[in-house]
Amino acid sequence: MRNFPPEIVMEAVANGLLTGAVYGLVALGLTLVYGVLHIINFAHGALLTLAMYAAWVAWAAFGLDPYIAILPLVPIFFVLGYGVQRLVIGPASRGEDSNILLVTLGLSILLENAMLAIFRSDTLSVQVDYAMEVVELGPMLLSFPRVVGFGVAFVVAAVLFVLLRMTDTGRAIRAVAKERTGAALVGIDVRHVYAVTFGIGTACLAVAACLLLPSFYVNPRVGNAFVLVAFTIVVLGGMGSVPGALLGGLVIGVVESLSGLYLGDSLGQLGIFVIFILVLLFKPTGLFGAKA
Amino acid sequence: MTARDVWPILLFGAVAALLPVFVTAGTLLNFAIFTLIICLAAQGWNILGGFGGQYSFGHAAFFGTGAYTAAVLQVRYGVNPYVTFLAGIALAAIVGWIIGFLSFRSGLRGSYFALVTLAFAEVFRVLSNAVEFTGGAAGLLIPLDARAANFQFESRGWFYLVVLALVVLALLMTRALERSRLGAQLVAVRENEDAARAVGVDALRVKLSAITLSAAMTGAAGGLYAQYFLYLDSTIAYGTWISVEALLAPIIGGAGTVFGPVIGAVILHTLAEVTRMMVGRIPGIDLVIFGVLLILVVRFPPRNLLAWLRGRR
Repeated sequence: MRNFPPEIVMEAVANGLLTGAVYGLVALGLTLVYGVLHIINFAHGALLTLAMYAAWVAWAAFGLDPYIAILPLVPIFFVLGYGVQRLVIGPASRGEDSNILLVTLGLSILLENAMLAIFRSDTLSVQVDYAMEVVELGPMLLSFPRVVGFGVAFVVAAVLFVLLRMTDTGRAIRAVAKERTGAALVGIDVRHVYAVTFGIGTACLAVAACLLLPSFYVNPRVGNAFVLVAFTIVVLGGMGSVPGALLGGLVIGVVESLSGLYLGDSLGQLGIFVIFILVLLFKPTGLFGAKA
Repeated sequence: MTARDVWPILLFGAVAALLPVFVTAGTLLNFAIFTLIICLAAQGWNILGGFGGQYSFGHAAFFGTGAYTAAVLQVRYGVNPYVTFLAGIALAAIVGWIIGFLSFRSGLRGSYFALVTLAFAEVFRVLSNAVEFTGGAAGLLIPLDARAANFQFESRGWFYLVVLALVVLALLMTRALERSRLGAQLVAVRENEDAARAVGVDALRVKLSAITLSAAMTGAAGGLYAQYFLYLDSTIAYGTWISVEALLAPIIGGAGTVFGPVIGAVILHTLAEVTRMMVGRIPGIDLVIFGVLLILVVRFPPRNLLAWLRGRR
């Protein structure tokens, strides 16, 4: 293994943390949906790709800066997520785990290939003048879009935390997550709460997409790269745990960055999968999760 | 097994074997061979997923292992292709056993099992893309040498018959499994693992046998793919497309039935061809339809649909 000067390693760690926060945001939606609906949403990656295309279209057709595009895209994707759960996943699954698995897989195949048919396999990106700007932090030079992504990811996590703790909707969501039947008995509309949760999860993706776009690219398969990472984070952080998702995101970001540094780009992804398999095999409740 | 179990399979084989007599168009035979290879991969998935209820999202791990073993041993070491084909099946079975041992012993079920198989397939894909041994990102080309002794045939019709024979063999094996003690135990594990355990079924052993057989069959499909198309790279061998194909066909055609994967594969690929003919070659359009079909089949299970039709009569 090569030896790198400490500044390079430190910069890799910092970059890993920055990327990891956005990973955490992607995982946040996934873990929330899992925690409440107890489903593994295989369409999560495809929905992220969809959000990235939406942000790209907002920029290409309407000249909207990706950061501004967060404002219209969040409500749109909330409604989309609400509708998908209410009209497609809910009715098709009839409460069976394997059905949900298959329906969300079907959705992801459908979305991913619809985007392939519309946008073709070309890689698209946005040109914004701040894409190449850097922020100086001590000896490190950090990319400006990534720093923004890091900050916004934490803001979103905080908003979500407050929403879950302090509002009636949040209480209803937590009630359903804990005890579905009991929540239904005290008059909570469980199907509505399910759909709202799915909507929030999808809205998180819209934010993540807008944060990623200035420093990343979009093609029909881009979500795939994130979805396994997000699953890894969710499993690592404990299925259903919100702080776990964010922490897991940071850990995975650093692991990816360091294994990329030491193993090279093509083998670098391996670190994540290996962690994923090891955690699944030996500690499927996650490092921060309490119960399976 | 009784005669009643066997004759529909033999009849299917006999009728399908007539195809090259009537059809000589290369494209159609190409289509038929590809569909049969998918049938074989899907039958592999069906044994574990359909009969055993363990939904794998990573059967590419077995397909790719079968394919790469066949190709690498031929290209790098000049081993006879028939031998490498069998070696590919064996290695795929071993990989299946190891993945099964690791995940079933850890008690992974349902979504967790799906996730871990997906991750294993991805590990193989990344590795085969990075390592020079498997040809790396450039892929691996099996030299064209069309002799029967070389498992390459001058006419597509011959290759079609070989693949068909293997599909018929897989159907017979699946039927035998269905009628066997192991098959009954496998279905018991699918329906209720705890109850099966309680009446003395060794669930781990049953699931391990299933995944090993399953991986061998899907590995055979991979070997045939390599032998027919004579080219492999990491996204072909270990890509998600084959995991999805292997899963879709049995689900659409009827998971846990002997003919389900064949029916599903034929429906899916006919549909894909017809779509291509109608709207032209728009990339991804066939998979859009597969996705919609998958959702519809789960939403309106054909079994329910049949019951509903019968009820109305």
